[in-house]
Amino acid sequence: MTVVLLFEQLLNGLQLGIMLFLMAAGLTLVFGIMNLINLAHGSLYMVGAYLAAAFMQWTGSYIWGVLLALPATMAVGIVTEVVVLRSLYARDHLDQVLATFGLILFFNEAVRLIWGPQPQFIDLPEFLSGQIEIIPGSPYPSFRLGIILVGLATAAFLYVLVTHTRIGMRIRAGASDRVMAGALGIDIRLLFTLVFGLGAVLAGLAGMMAAPIVSVQSGMGEEILILTFVVIVIGGIGSIRGAFLAAILIGVIDTMGRAFLPQLLETFLERGAAHTAGSTIAAMLTYLLMAVVLFFRPQGLFPPRSR
Amino acid sequence: MKPDPKPVKAPSSATVQSARTTAIQIVFGFLAVMPLLALALDEPFYLTLFGRVMVYAIAALSLDLILGYGGMVSFGHAAFLGVGAYTVGILSFHGIESAFLQWPAALLFSALAAVLIGYVSLRTSGVYFIMITLAFAQMFFYFFTSLEVYGGDDGLTIWKLSSFGGLISLDDNLTLYYVIFTALGGCLYLSHRLVNSHFGRVLQGIKSNETRMRAIGYPTMRYKLLAFTISGTMCGLAGVLLANQSEFVAPSYLAWHRSGELIVMVLLGGMGTLFGPVMGAIAFMLLAHFLADLTIYWPVIFGPFLIAVVLFGRGGLHGLIGRMGGKGG
Repeated sequence: MTVVLLFEQLLNGLQLGIMLFLMAAGLTLVFGIMNLINLAHGSLYMVGAYLAAAFMQWTGSYIWGVLLALPATMAVGIVTEVVVLRSLYARDHLDQVLATFGLILFFNEAVRLIWGPQPQFIDLPEFLSGQIEIIPGSPYPSFRLGIILVGLATAAFLYVLVTHTRIGMRIRAGASDRVMAGALGIDIRLLFTLVFGLGAVLAGLAGMMAAPIVSVQSGMGEEILILTFVVIVIGGIGSIRGAFLAAILIGVIDTMGRAFLPQLLETFLERGAAHTAGSTIAAMLTYLLMAVVLFFRPQGLFPPRSR
Repeated sequence: MKPDPKPVKAPSSATVQSARTTAIQIVFGFLAVMPLLALALDEPFYLTLFGRVMVYAIAALSLDLILGYGGMVSFGHAAFLGVGAYTVGILSFHGIESAFLQWPAALLFSALAAVLIGYVSLRTSGVYFIMITLAFAQMFFYFFTSLEVYGGDDGLTIWKLSSFGGLISLDDNLTLYYVIFTALGGCLYLSHRLVNSHFGRVLQGIKSNETRMRAIGYPTMRYKLLAFTISGTMCGLAGVLLANQSEFVAPSYLAWHRSGELIVMVLLGGMGTLFGPVMGAIAFMLLAHFLADLTIYWPVIFGPFLIAVVLFGRGGLHGLIGRMGGKGG
């Protein structure tokens, strides 16, 4: 019984980790290549979820909703990059924090203005709303399983894109030396816009996949954004491999902590106290982990090799 | 050495300085007689509004000490606001209302929190520092959220405000206003002495080149940690005042939006100046207040305004007043 529960929570952790990876991949690419802190990355997650909900209502199908929302989110990302962020690359981090903070305010309120204050809901198609028995006696929601598969496929796609294609080569060149890459004839501005669009799609995809599980509402991207910061800081900023490993690590630790810490503490403490202390520590666990990692490895666990 | 390019017809620093001094006098004079104005207009709400503005001015000033003078971009300063406020709230909850116990305890806890956060965070720099301070603030946020005895998510109402044993009563809005006013004046004076002291000079040296400061023998980490602690403690004082003013504490005091707003105030007013954060806080709070009156969707306007300030504004309001003074004189 406990083994089944453990396995289930492990899958839940993996699923959260995959979500975090989709967010972190875009954020870490944008930071690694353009040296830009983008607080508004969570807004793209939110915009993705809202767009998927809107397109779903229009077409009547979640799958079509996602397929239409992906390019739409990319368009939102590219417009944001061209209008605002492009002017910020040369600025210091403080200016970037401030301007992208302004973007968050704008996006949070804009979706409320367009779709109203009430949360949006998404119905899953039948083949995704059932459950699958992966191990006997333990049914697991097939949609969550789908998230894990899509996420792993995306990770594989990113790996191939970055390490085995010409565009990936340019991205890596831009990451290790912007000026030199520009001097060698790579259109850096276009590359930046493309990378930002890619990051926007990944964040949007995460939002769309989260949409049926959580409620789609203004500000929904912020909690996951901060968790994503923890991921890329632990993973080492600029490293996709680090982002992947750290995302899975954080996802599993966070989920496991919330699920088992209160019970674990019951062996030492009396019940009420164990419950309170357990949930308190569980909520702070990932941040504690980050503090410990940074204390011993200020550059993160897997800093990019090129630098 | 390359000489600095001089702008054509540079305003003399004396006129700029005097324009700024005039601005400071006007603002302080206004804050001092504000209660009379509120009385005359029969708008007691303005007393609360400007009291709140001054509380945030103290918090922004404390942030500017490390941000503007020390180059440390703390994105988690609201944590100290929360620690200060919650100390008052929790002590009051347990029946300890004496300000002579509450306030020192609140400052002590804020200082301890700052030492703890600073000790870990200051090992990193740049973007890592921004994110680790943010993460610490989140940690405190979730900590207070999970304290169900003290209201958890919903926060804690403070039934009995800090009591000064019959000397003065904070229940009286006017008294509270002038207590905050005095606190702001005190913090400004303290900061003025601090940034012009040997310690303050070293701190500014560290901001412009830490490696050099270390090379000439300053233990830069200790200086930064002390500055961080002073700043956190001052922000804790703002938290104490905030708790008394709102008669309420909640985890939202530590929300990361709040930390972002403090940075906005500092940059809006002009960082690396003492009076800038005060003006920034006034401008931010009033703008938010009046935009909110205009439309409930005010962040739609405020967000782009903020971006415009970053892209086109230089030196915030402080710089603007300096330039205006330069043009006029």
